[in-house]
Amino acid sequence: MKNLSAKKLRDKIAKGQIKSSDAVEDVFRRIEQIDGNIGAYISTFKEQSLHQAGEIDRKIADDQTVGDLAGLPIAVKDNMCTTFGATTCASKILENFHAPYNATVVQKLIDADAIIIGKTNMDEFAMGSSTETSGVKKTVNPWDTERVPGGSSGGSAAALAARLCCAALGSDTGGSIRQPASFCGVVGLKPTYGRVSRYGLVAFGSSLDQIGPLTYNVEDAAMLMNVIAGHDKKDSTSVTNETAPVPDYLANLQKPIDNLKIAVIPSFLTSAEATLRESINDAVDTYKNLGAEIIEIDMPHIDYAIPAYYLIATAEASSNLARYDGVHYGYRAEKPKDYIEVYSKSREQSFGKEVKRRIMLGTYALSSGYYDAYYLKALKVRNLIRDDFDNAFEKCDCILTPVSPTTAFKIGEKLDEPLTMYLSDIYTIAANLAGIPAVSIPCGFDRNNLPIGLQIQSPPFTEDKLLQIAYMFEKQNDYHEKIPPILN
Amino acid sequence: MAENIGKKQVQKVAKLSRLQLTQNEIDEFTGQLSAILKYFEKLQQLDTEDVKPLAHCLPINNVFRDDLPQQSLGTEKTLENAPQHDGDFFKVPKILDESSGA
Amino acid sequence: MNDLEYKVIIGLEIHVQLCTKTKMFCSCQVGFGEQPNSRVCPVCLGMPGSLPVMNKKAVEYAVLVGLALNCKIADFTKWDRKSYYYPDLPKNYQISQYDLPLAENGYIDVPLDDGKTKKIRITRAHLEEDAGKNIHSTGNFSQVDLNRAGTALLEIVTEPDLNNSRQAKTLAIELQKIVRYLVVSEADMQKGHMRFEPNVNLIINKDGKEYKTPIVEIKNLNSFRALERSIDYEIERQLDEFLQTGKVMQMGNKSTRGWDGEKQVTVLQREKEEANDYRYFPDPDLVPVVLKGKWLDDIKGNLCELPLKKQIRYVSKFKLSEYDAGVLTAERSTAELFEKAVQAGAKPKRLCNLITQIGLKLANEAGRCLAELGLNAQHLAQLAVMIEKGEINASAADNIMQQMIKTQKDPTTLANELNLIQKSDEDELDKIVGQSLEENAQAVEDVKSGGKKSKKALGFLIGQVMKKTKGKANPKIVSKILHKKLS
Ligand SMILES: [Mg+2]
Ligand SMILES: [Zn+2]
Repeated sequence: MKNLSAKKLRDKIAKGQIKSSDAVEDVFRRIEQIDGNIGAYISTFKEQSLHQAGEIDRKIADDQTVGDLAGLPIAVKDNMCTTFGATTCASKILENFHAPYNATVVQKLIDADAIIIGKTNMDEFAMGSSTETSGVKKTVNPWDTERVPGGSSGGSAAALAARLCCAALGSDTGGSIRQPASFCGVVGLKPTYGRVSRYGLVAFGSSLDQIGPLTYNVEDAAMLMNVIAGHDKKDSTSVTNETAPVPDYLANLQKPIDNLKIAVIPSFLTSAEATLRESINDAVDTYKNLGAEIIEIDMPHIDYAIPAYYLIATAEASSNLARYDGVHYGYRAEKPKDYIEVYSKSREQSFGKEVKRRIMLGTYALSSGYYDAYYLKALKVRNLIRDDFDNAFEKCDCILTPVSPTTAFKIGEKLDEPLTMYLSDIYTIAANLAGIPAVSIPCGFDRNNLPIGLQIQSPPFTEDKLLQIAYMFEKQNDYHEKIPPILN
Repeated sequence: MAENIGKKQVQKVAKLSRLQLTQNEIDEFTGQLSAILKYFEKLQQLDTEDVKPLAHCLPINNVFRDDLPQQSLGTEKTLENAPQHDGDFFKVPKILDESSGA
Repeated sequence: MNDLEYKVIIGLEIHVQLCTKTKMFCSCQVGFGEQPNSRVCPVCLGMPGSLPVMNKKAVEYAVLVGLALNCKIADFTKWDRKSYYYPDLPKNYQISQYDLPLAENGYIDVPLDDGKTKKIRITRAHLEEDAGKNIHSTGNFSQVDLNRAGTALLEIVTEPDLNNSRQAKTLAIELQKIVRYLVVSEADMQKGHMRFEPNVNLIINKDGKEYKTPIVEIKNLNSFRALERSIDYEIERQLDEFLQTGKVMQMGNKSTRGWDGEKQVTVLQREKEEANDYRYFPDPDLVPVVLKGKWLDDIKGNLCELPLKKQIRYVSKFKLSEYDAGVLTAERSTAELFEKAVQAGAKPKRLCNLITQIGLKLANEAGRCLAELGLNAQHLAQLAVMIEKGEINASAADNIMQQMIKTQKDPTTLANELNLIQKSDEDELDKIVGQSLEENAQAVEDVKSGGKKSKKALGFLIGQVMKKTKGKANPKIVSKILHKKLS
């Protein structure tokens, strides 16, 4: 069962060939066996999940109609609100926070009869690229437990790679779905900004955050998108059907794109590790062999993406995280001397270092005297970067790049060097700044048998086409079918 | 902007951020933020004189809600996550200054 | 000692709570006096993951006020976050508008005591969300109620064009009338629907030199009286301070003071704008507002003649006194009823008396406004005409109007039913007068003799006629007949 994709499992459950209860039990058996080592989950809901699975099985046995994800054990990142369990964002400040509502995506999963089996670990408030900043626990990479799973959706990626769920949701502010997907050898899609509702997603950088699926293969990503995409009147930044209709992502998935034009950015390749470069070049060749035309493009402002991104993301974060103050919910410090200390002590005691660092950076960028030079400047550069993409997409259907300059790195290797960590986001952040969709798919392994990811980016609201392009590549190889040694 | 961020500024930003940092943290952050900001200097190489700031990538505006009341959480649920409450109220140490800024 | 020459400079910041049913960015119902923290949801509680969605009505109401204040309405506007930490502000930022307010560069006409009006420039008007309430009264802790948090608030800022407390108060009253006319706020002072923050300083002329005193902002005043008194106090205080210390305005020495209503003094709250770094930036959770085309035209369609303009028109067109015109135009519904009744044929002055002397008295007794009494303009006009024609007298009109409210019947029917029609038939009254004269020879004598008793006797005779007609004789006609018969 662990070798089945979500789509295949769903089809079997729907046909009554596999019971959802068995699938859920299988997953929990594995969680009990190995999640002690992996650390993917912050919380799991075994009893509730088995109960729901039983209901689904009964409905299927009774020939009742069931939802599109009926009976599938799915994990969600712990920054999406659920009325069951806590929603911690892997932060001490929210360790006991119980949301009175479900995030829209969570509700959509439930309405599609998916079974949310647990909530996954992450970098605290999604601030990090390795899941090491989690204030709750450590998560390791199932491919090499000495290494990080990537981040910030590291728990979702690790859970998936270790077959501790059959699909997962993550959130992506600067690469937080794609990079852990690449580190863990799974597919990760960051949709266009506005495609998936952010309601109930604990905000990090509100103008950059998007929820998306992490899956075993491209088809599963399409299946999940069919459920989570679409307008939500509770999120003013989610687009309506009139602005951008939601296609059926599964319908044309297997149809190759004719006259496909793919762009590569030569300067991007030189900065990646050698094995990575080889894999990307192989991927380019694969597309060439499929008849695609490859062109080289220049993104003149891409070098400025890191500072622009970190200024905008931290500025927004400094404001988004102001609400965690120990007054209305969340952690409160003992014995504050006055109400100001309720704020300053509660925050000091319960935020981790990376969160504090980013709050400081963002506050500084917005503060009087520095706003123009930092925050405003960053917004202008953001516009230039979006123009770069607009210009590029006039010449091509999509852009291929690495996901990260390296494969999964050793735990602790970069933790004390924030700038180095920030710089490793170079390939992924531009998509968030420009709001475009981007997917990471497995495209090889390095010398250490660590997965390598290929990133494909396409114009706004073309996820359907993006997935078709990704699927063309996936069909040509079996990287996505490899299983980490820990499972053998 | 060229000047490096110093301890004093770090302290000021910490106060604005309501973070009661330890001396160690202030030292550490001063160094790290300096390095980060120094790298960010790079932005100043770009001439953005005629570039509009882009706060949002979305091509949309005028997203409204009708003025129709819906059920609120109610007092009990509102206070459920409160670290401290006094009857129907959230409870905080006595507020002596009047710095409401509405 | 204050015989210095000086000029008072006042600018006003006014917060007006709009009367939308729901809050600015969530669907919680706006209420007053509800159970604490009962009208709160994840959005206005600033819970993780919650997102704001604009209330369309609030934007429309704010635009309407902007138009009424002769402002330029922004065709593109957006939302900004204003950051400060305070327990009544759950997100620790307020969603407000910074560099692109919804309306700017307008003015309001304020009536002066001499009958002229003064244009006070409006700098800007913008929408924002209100904070909750901190309650400080009990024990060694404070309580926080978030019911008000997120309520739609319009902030209006004037230029420093006001020169005394009376002008400030008059502006406030005029604004209250305007927002009520536009039906965008109840503007109930008791419920805190209007809050004022005057900025006050003086330009003092001393020994041929000009000195400016430091600007003081008086925070959060919620009555017209407090507005007037606090400004007056502040003027005296600043004069004294200047004489004692010579302190003058410098960059950044603006201070904020609170009003102690019990002691009737202002109290220093904050010296200088210490580290008030609000870190405004565009709210990424909301999209811009574009105001143009049919939507803007539709909003404009809800504008109406404003109270001051109406008052001036009533004086010139209906020849009413300024006082009467002011009373009639104080509330839009009253003025509308008045105008409809005039159109239905009532003489303005007669109708005015009917409304101000009887109608508003009855409304007051009922504790509601005139329009809520359910008076029909046609009937009101008929009643005025009946008085005009002498068919009824004033006390009958009072009685009839009460019945009109109760029964919705027309005044003629009611006058007949209640037997309140005056006898104006000259032939019939001639007979009755004749009879009365016959029966009271002595009084007739007294009248004819002139002198002291004459006036009293005439009154007596009128009284006799009234008695015979059970008070229904038209006194004008009776006295005409009497005069004819006795001369
Ligand atoms: Mg304000
Ligand atoms: Zn609410």
